[in-house]
Amino acid sequence: MKILQLFIIAFRSLNKNKLRSFLTMLGIIIGVASVIAMLAIGQGSKKSIESSISSLGVNTIIVMPGALTSGGVRLATGSANSLKNDDETAIAQRCDLLEYISPVVFKSVQAVSGNQNWSTVIFGVNDDYFKIRALTVSTGVKFSDQDEHVAAKVCVIGYTIDSNLFGSGVNPIGMSIRINSIPFRIIGMYDRKGQNAFGQDQDDAIIAPFSTIQKRMMSGSDYLNSIYCSAKSEALIDDAVDEITTVLRQRHKLAPSDDNDFTVRTLEDIANIFGTVTRVMTLLLASVAGISLIVGGIGIMNIMLVSVTERTREIGIRLAIGAKGKDILLQFMIESVLISFIGGFLGVCLGVFASYMVGKFGGWPVTVTPFSIILSFAFSAIVGIFFGWYPARKAASLNPIDALRYE
Amino acid sequence: MDKPLISVKNLTKSYQMGDTIVHALRGVSIDIYKDDFVAITGASGSGKSTFMNTLGCLDKPTSGEYYLDGVDALNMDKNQLAEFRNRKIGFIFQSFNILARTSALENVELPLLYNNKISTKERKARALEALASVGLADRANNMPNQLSGGQQQRVAIARALVNAPLVIMADEPTGNLDTRTSLEIMSIFQNLNSTGITIVMVTHEPDIARCAMMNIVFRDGRIIGSREVPNRLIAAEELKKMPVESAESTI
Repeated sequence: MKILQLFIIAFRSLNKNKLRSFLTMLGIIIGVASVIAMLAIGQGSKKSIESSISSLGVNTIIVMPGALTSGGVRLATGSANSLKNDDETAIAQRCDLLEYISPVVFKSVQAVSGNQNWSTVIFGVNDDYFKIRALTVSTGVKFSDQDEHVAAKVCVIGYTIDSNLFGSGVNPIGMSIRINSIPFRIIGMYDRKGQNAFGQDQDDAIIAPFSTIQKRMMSGSDYLNSIYCSAKSEALIDDAVDEITTVLRQRHKLAPSDDNDFTVRTLEDIANIFGTVTRVMTLLLASVAGISLIVGGIGIMNIMLVSVTERTREIGIRLAIGAKGKDILLQFMIESVLISFIGGFLGVCLGVFASYMVGKFGGWPVTVTPFSIILSFAFSAIVGIFFGWYPARKAASLNPIDALRYE
Repeated sequence: MDKPLISVKNLTKSYQMGDTIVHALRGVSIDIYKDDFVAITGASGSGKSTFMNTLGCLDKPTSGEYYLDGVDALNMDKNQLAEFRNRKIGFIFQSFNILARTSALENVELPLLYNNKISTKERKARALEALASVGLADRANNMPNQLSGGQQQRVAIARALVNAPLVIMADEPTGNLDTRTSLEIMSIFQNLNSTGITIVMVTHEPDIARCAMMNIVFRDGRIIGSREVPNRLIAAEELKKMPVESAESTI
């Protein structure tokens, strides 16, 4: 029997029971559509989780100078002057797993404006620092490369500074403040971050160009308080740490037996949680989608069994006039595969459409990947073959004389 | 005419039905030659249908020998049997057994579909030819529910013919038809027989049995009589004798 003929026969038989074929397909349609929509929404929510977690600075790597030992007493980490500007430049040049890097110098200062004064910390950083810390400046502007180049006396302040020095109702942008007697012009204010996990007020800081602070407030030394970096992705953090360590050990000419004279820190715990969340979510989505497709497959099997019983006589006739078991098997297999293919195709259309609608009206970021389409379509085809096989086998093994006598 | 087309020796068939063993055939031997037209008669339960199914390779006997066209028909596997039925045997059933919602032409094409050697073009041509030979050329595209009982049986005959079989097996071919239609079917059978097709037919109607050349009588799973029909009924002539009916009741 020619395969084309089998397709025609199968197609006709589906056409004869339109409603039934459609309802059977519906199982697959919904299954496939839900796989695609789930994956699309899942990808979208993964991305949004990713971005919100990365605003916590998951990928952040902080390099600090080592501890100073003074008369046998070891002081706190960062007390030694072991990090220099050149270290930052070397790391920036040689570590290609890093996305952003900024040297950091900071100093406790007294800020004065008119008759108000406030004790705070001033940071000297470059533009990458805003990205690493996920600071956004929506009032005013950040300082430019030009400001950095000429060590301009400009700064971006936090909300707490604004409220303590200026009070409400005053726009601080363009105002001048004196920081340790040096006048700075306020060019921007970063958006409120609130407290961090340790209760520190993240809005109580002034951020200025790195060169400005190092040259004007650190008496010209080229020591750094720390280096802030971010790895290109959460998965690369460990490798990036190794890279930084190698570069710094070389630069500091440390023998293999020497301890590091610096410390590299990461937000390991948060990164681990992030990894777990992603894994759990993928698993959850995959199982929900898989279950719905299997339910659809059982629907196919059910209908094919009914169909075989209903058409026992037809099978008997076909067997009597010379159909082989193989012909009957193929006939019913093709029917179930056809159901799952058409259902799969319609399901893909519906799934893409549904994802699009969710994205458009739900305000949820969705991404339909070709992978999810191929995956769900292939899975639906496999379901059709798997669940179509048993009923088809049953039909093919019928005895012609029994099938002909069937009422 | 030396070698019989169908040669059956000592065929028995018994099967379990509930607690009792039914002996449907208790040793049947017969030779049927090419160009024969055999009618098998007997009361219901005499084993004639079982015998027919065995001859048609639809059912296997418990013991015995059966050669069709010199081939041992009892020593084949399922696939070989299917091919054998497809190439050598044409079936006609009491209840027509044509596929519903499938046009007359496609029903006739069916046996050829299971024969890979035949092209689509040849299949169409042969099916149309077979339909024409039973006088249904103009009904090729009709669905079974648009055809009368007689016409449906003629579609079945065309289907049995289309593979040019050695023998046609007809199980009560007129059982569901009125007298006039029955005679018309018999007329077709006699025509086919005269063109060299062997026919084996089961019937319980004496008039229909008289259309055949040979009558075999079954009782309790045995052949109790076999004779040539003395004054054979020629169906075409009988039809002429019948009163002409109104146009709508003709097939």
